[in-house]
Amino acid sequence: MSAPQSIDDLMAQALVMEREAVARYTELAEMMEAHNNLEVAELFRKMAEYEGHHATKIAADMGWADEQVSDAAGAWATPEAPESVPIDEMHYLMHPWHALQLALGAEQRAVEFFDALVRTATDERVRRAAEEMRDEEVEHVALVKAWLAKVPKPDADWAVDPDPPRHAD
Amino acid sequence: MNDMTAPIAFTPADFKSDYKPIWCPGCGDYTVLSSLTKALAKLQRAPHEVAVVSGIGCSSRIPAYTTCYGFHGVHGRALAAGTGLKVARPDLTVIVAGGDGDGYSIGGNHFLHACRRNVDMTYLVMDNHVYGMTKGQASPTTEPDWDNKLSPGGTGIRSFHPLVIALASGANFVARAFSGDPNGTADTIAQAISHPGFSFVEILSPCVTFRPDQRRWKELVHPAPVAETDDPARAARRIMTDDGFNIGVLYAGRRPGYAPRHPASATPADIEQEFALP
Repeated sequence: MSAPQSIDDLMAQALVMEREAVARYTELAEMMEAHNNLEVAELFRKMAEYEGHHATKIAADMGWADEQVSDAAGAWATPEAPESVPIDEMHYLMHPWHALQLALGAEQRAVEFFDALVRTATDERVRRAAEEMRDEEVEHVALVKAWLAKVPKPDADWAVDPDPPRHAD
Repeated sequence: MNDMTAPIAFTPADFKSDYKPIWCPGCGDYTVLSSLTKALAKLQRAPHEVAVVSGIGCSSRIPAYTTCYGFHGVHGRALAAGTGLKVARPDLTVIVAGGDGDGYSIGGNHFLHACRRNVDMTYLVMDNHVYGMTKGQASPTTEPDWDNKLSPGGTGIRSFHPLVIALASGANFVARAFSGDPNGTADTIAQAISHPGFSFVEILSPCVTFRPDQRRWKELVHPAPVAETDDPARAARRIMTDDGFNIGVLYAGRRPGYAPRHPASATPADIEQEFALP
């Protein structure tokens, strides 16, 4: 990823990251709705809403219309934006506990992303802004952990389906 | 720096329809859809200027999930339909999409000749090395030793090599992408659409239901170690010797795309003149 040289660059990257997270959580919610896993779908909808608030706040603070920031701003070294949950982690029988584990991983990657910027920023204003963003993500990690503590861990056989889609082996 | 002042006419969301995908959770095709919408937004093509044509299979459901014109055709015949559409309506951006079974087996012959004709369109194949919609039979790109109940001990048949076939048959752009890299895939699709002639993008798109072993693909893919070439001989050597997980544009040729002898606006009377006796 190209290191941000200005506050505008940094916040554009943050905004793209949040927008990608919103798009992904929405996609995951739709995926679960299509497979009638409504409890997990609702959880992903909530995550999309939270990330959406964050994106709106960044855009408002910077005085940007959302559509003015091109996706090209997020030139990640990783294949996906740090806060996006990988699609291939989904399972149609997954429980809210699994969904929250994935959300926790996404928030932790966001912390690491901003932390790396704090350590490498050459501009002091950029470094401070990255620090603020990192601290916000640390709060999100704590929130997801608190949520996770209220959710039961599924039994070991959670993925066993008496009528599975595959009979190949 | 990112230009904050230029409004963007079309965003990826503008290319997503209200129909929600019913692919299995975890399927790579979700991110291919996302990459396609990102590519179209990047190119700023209006949805009504784009047609997405498909055959049959899980991935061939993709036209319904976009706001572009769509045609969900018969099995293996997407390239034939797409070719006809592009020749009749050269103003449209034609994207043909489907899976490995649809494109390399049922539609294998159309694949060869679409490459040969070099009509200016883009072919996206979401390759998961299996027939997913019909519950997991071996496809042309399945590894010969893939052992399962439907082909015990594996088929023992050498896998089809789509990129080599495409290159040898005359495709003007050959690339491989991975669904787990949606932004990279979007860039490759955008490049394929912009390149003249027939562009072929093989997208490794795991089937987590029938090929859960493909979750490992994200650890195996890597950027192609050398830059794209316009030399078919170099491209052939590279594609024949790679490990199947090189991601990127492998060949971008200079062959002019097919141009119909008659303009799309020609009437039957215009065409008949060619056959008029002196």
